[in-house]
Amino acid sequence: MLTTLTMPEKTILHKPDFTHTPSVDQVGIIERAARFTKRSIKNETKMNGLLLSLNMIDLTTLEGKDTDGKVKQLCYKAIHLHDVFEGLPTVAAVCVYPSMVAVAKKALGSSGVKVASVATAFPSGQSTRDVKLRDTRYAVQQGADEVDMVISRGKFLQGEYNFVFDEIAAIKEACGEARLKVILETGELGTFDKVRKASEIAMYAGADFIKTSTGKISPAATMPVTLVMLEAIRDFYYKTGKMIGMKPAGGISKSKLALHYLVMLNETLGEGWMNNQWFRFGASSLANDVLMQVMKARTGVYQGKDYFSID
Amino acid sequence: MAISRLEVLKTYKIYIGGKFPRTESGRYYTAVNKKKEALANVCLSSRKDVRDAVIAARTAFGDWSSRASFNRGQILYRIAEMLESRKAQFVDELIRQNSTTIAAEKEVELSIDRLIYYAGWCDKFQQIFSSVNPVASSHFNFSVPEPTGVVSVIAPQDSSLLGLVSIVAPVIAGGNTCVVLAAFEKPLCAVTFAEVINSSDVPGGVINLLTGNPEELLPYFADHMDVNAIIYCEKNAAETKLIKEKAALNLKRVLVYDKTNWVSEDGQSPYFIMNLQEVKTTWHPVENIGGSAPGY
Amino acid sequence: MATKNNTLKLKFDSARNLAPAPESKNAATIASRYDLFVNGKFEKPLSRKYFGSINPATEEKLSEIADANAADVDKAVKAARVAYDRTWKKMPAKERGKYIFRIARMIQEKARELSVIETLDGGKPIRESRDFDVPTAANHFFYYAGWADKLPFAFPGKDPEPLGVAGQIIPWNFPLMMAAWKIAPSLATGNTVVLKPAENTSLTALKLAEIIQEADLPPGVVNIITGTGATGAALVNHADINKIAFTGSTDVGKIIQRAIAGTNKKATLELGGKAANIIFDDAPLDQAVEGVINGIFFNQGHVCCAGSRLYVQESVYKQVLRKLKDRLETLIVGDPMDKNTDIGAINSKEQLNTINKYLKIGQQEGAEMYQSSVDIPGKGFFCRPTIFTNVAQSSRISQEEIFGPVLTIQTFRTDDEVIEKANNTPYGLSAGVWTDKGSKIFNLTTKLRAGVVWANTYNQFDPTSPFGGYKESGYGREGGLHGLAPYLNLDKDCSFNRW
Repeated sequence: MLTTLTMPEKTILHKPDFTHTPSVDQVGIIERAARFTKRSIKNETKMNGLLLSLNMIDLTTLEGKDTDGKVKQLCYKAIHLHDVFEGLPTVAAVCVYPSMVAVAKKALGSSGVKVASVATAFPSGQSTRDVKLRDTRYAVQQGADEVDMVISRGKFLQGEYNFVFDEIAAIKEACGEARLKVILETGELGTFDKVRKASEIAMYAGADFIKTSTGKISPAATMPVTLVMLEAIRDFYYKTGKMIGMKPAGGISKSKLALHYLVMLNETLGEGWMNNQWFRFGASSLANDVLMQVMKARTGVYQGKDYFSID
Repeated sequence: MAISRLEVLKTYKIYIGGKFPRTESGRYYTAVNKKKEALANVCLSSRKDVRDAVIAARTAFGDWSSRASFNRGQILYRIAEMLESRKAQFVDELIRQNSTTIAAEKEVELSIDRLIYYAGWCDKFQQIFSSVNPVASSHFNFSVPEPTGVVSVIAPQDSSLLGLVSIVAPVIAGGNTCVVLAAFEKPLCAVTFAEVINSSDVPGGVINLLTGNPEELLPYFADHMDVNAIIYCEKNAAETKLIKEKAALNLKRVLVYDKTNWVSEDGQSPYFIMNLQEVKTTWHPVENIGGSAPGY
Repeated sequence: MATKNNTLKLKFDSARNLAPAPESKNAATIASRYDLFVNGKFEKPLSRKYFGSINPATEEKLSEIADANAADVDKAVKAARVAYDRTWKKMPAKERGKYIFRIARMIQEKARELSVIETLDGGKPIRESRDFDVPTAANHFFYYAGWADKLPFAFPGKDPEPLGVAGQIIPWNFPLMMAAWKIAPSLATGNTVVLKPAENTSLTALKLAEIIQEADLPPGVVNIITGTGATGAALVNHADINKIAFTGSTDVGKIIQRAIAGTNKKATLELGGKAANIIFDDAPLDQAVEGVINGIFFNQGHVCCAGSRLYVQESVYKQVLRKLKDRLETLIVGDPMDKNTDIGAINSKEQLNTINKYLKIGQQEGAEMYQSSVDIPGKGFFCRPTIFTNVAQSSRISQEEIFGPVLTIQTFRTDDEVIEKANNTPYGLSAGVWTDKGSKIFNLTTKLRAGVVWANTYNQFDPTSPFGGYKESGYGREGGLHGLAPYLNLDKDCSFNRW
């Protein structure tokens, strides 16, 4: 069943009609998302949540000025988050441009930290199918464990859902063993109904993960938009038995917010998703805030920024 | 001796569901004037007539309450037109029921004008008494009046036409249907008014009119479980208490118009309509995306 | 496509098992004994009797409350009458308004204390006391304060006058908020008040009395007397009361209407409900499910407008049921003082018995009962969130108000069918409808015979929004412009003006 989903020529036969996807009430979803923030996370639950958050981070650098040196330092940080505290987990992955994949791969070595690469004419996706496929294949050849692609938002908003579907399916094929994260760039889609629709298209087309944002567009990840996607994942799971991962990206820089996301995840998809195989935070500055909270919990003293490395 | 033409006497029947049956009980009483002269034999309605009338009123409620207010206004206006055209008959009946000519004429004219007054309110009171409520959350919230339902009416005993019209008009203007017990001793023009209603595009069952003894029928008007409100107009403390107690059975709204002077300006007001309305408040979320408020 | 949806199951145990996050009790002071608040002072009851008030979550005694008898009621009514005649009636309306504003502010200042006491006394989750009951109470005073000097604008062609002394009896489900709903409009309209809180939940009303005292409201304008049903009866039957405002059961509402039948007392009755919550197949289902959850499990289901009858269109029934069950699993039941608790303690042992009785009835009627797997505390009064499927319109559990966390689910096929079923009840307080189609919403909201209709939302409240029922759910409105009318004399020619 899963193969039919991922093979383009067959999936066309099974492709749902994406014109009609479930609707989302904006006020209702915002209310529900706000409700998770009312949970009070204390003591061991908090510590477990903080450590899990660290372990779910895709430490990211996606800048025009990225260099080997910058990427190497980031990779060191990915493995050595805060060595003062023994037994801390590593982050889940380091996320870079395709040109930096080889550097990251080498720097991360056998640490278990994955290399994720954006591809497909990131962040706009405004290129040809051929360029996007070559971009993807290059990243994979360079050693990327995971590929973060962007959907063609223009085509999507034009109503060309089959185009978007086929493109994702083709990229998935090009990924080979690498896991595919599909970035919807929710900030450009305009409504929750569209986010839901894009989520469905991505999942049916073979996404392993769906991801909110590139980080280049505001708004990036929000709790309500993530909830819409989690609910899509849940419905898809019940329909197909296939688990899909979720990655909110951009704008999550505080540990408290990360814990709210985990509460939301836990109450929407349950324990099965509470690990970095199925959930990631796309963030660069979250790690240090979480580390400060971890140290505060251990020492009982509020922490200062100068005691945590910036990479 | 020349044989003069024999007058054809009118049979005064009750009015249920747009038809003029006799009371199912077969009983009658003789309405008399001040000099104790017989005016007519009138149906002495029974509790089963009340039952039938309430069924007719309930059946008519769905259609009547959902009609366009404009349409209800037209129909009330039509009642006024028909009343105007039969003015002489009403004046005659009022005089037979002890009124003076001047008073009778005035009563009929006021009754016509009152119908016009309420015809005009049909599609306006909602605007006066509705509200859009500025709730703090992202919801659109509004409150509108809706008709209470089936109303039982013990019409005023002294103001047999004007009182009847003044009470029934706001009841139906607001979309309710009703079962009315006419003034016991002055039933003539009430029955004739039913004939006017019947020829005025008022759907059958919207107004049902019984004649009979209030003392006998009042308990059934007050305790019927399918009646939503009751109007009573007499200054009779014992009966008022009885009505309120029985009305509690299904929490009927009880309206006692025992001080109203139907002849005066106080005898008409949109508040008479509102007394038989329920305020319904509706909520719906308001999406808040775009512009200066992202909310997304 | 092959589906495994019969065997798939999500696990939520860890979502429910969070480390305790208890609110501190130190924020509140509860006296060991409370007297009656009459004529601006706390006074010992003439009855000399007190009764205990317990925390339903622990069954521990919180305080002793004065049990007012008929003589106490008489004293309070007299104080209210004197205050009405000598002070309140004569006070310029804008000054009256300023007192009400002042009370609103003081409630905000003491919000945390009030929340803690509300939760300790009534068993509701601290999250709800903190985020809903207390702020809504303050907001209600704020809203009505501004009306005090603007009343003629509300009633075209009328010069409204106060009624006099209002006797008010409130229930145990929203103790402070109900007190606000009752007191705020009566003060704004120029009436004086004798209020009786529910026997089980008097504490926040007494705290409100302290606030009223601190606000320097003229003595006697608000009197708060505690007691049992007998106290309430004495208040209803007192000859010098002009207005009865009651929120509670339909049965008691009927008793009150009978009791005042021979008088000119006016009444507002906010009574029971058995609201239909209707989900069409085109609805935003996840938000609908959340609305259903909020509709029936808010405040342990002790809500007169609770959406206790769920109607689901058959084409989405299985989906909705699965979503509901998943959501049920994430509800945290337990210590009301824990900030994470979703469903707190049932308000009293009697109420828990009533709920349990209905759970039995439901099963005897052949309905299928489903409860979440949550553990509930061994002590105190608790009930797992419960849904019944395979329910018929003629089942008692779908006809009678249970007033607990118990939902019945029925399916329907067509719009006509569901409108008929939804209206097929003696009650008419509220209803809910979920669909993405605008014209259908307006069809439903027009045809549902209920005082409040929530479309694509549920259990929303606001001081500006009128609340109240059709049919046996009572009469009169509370909240909004329409909530002023029951406390005013608009029409001297009608002994029961509803406007």
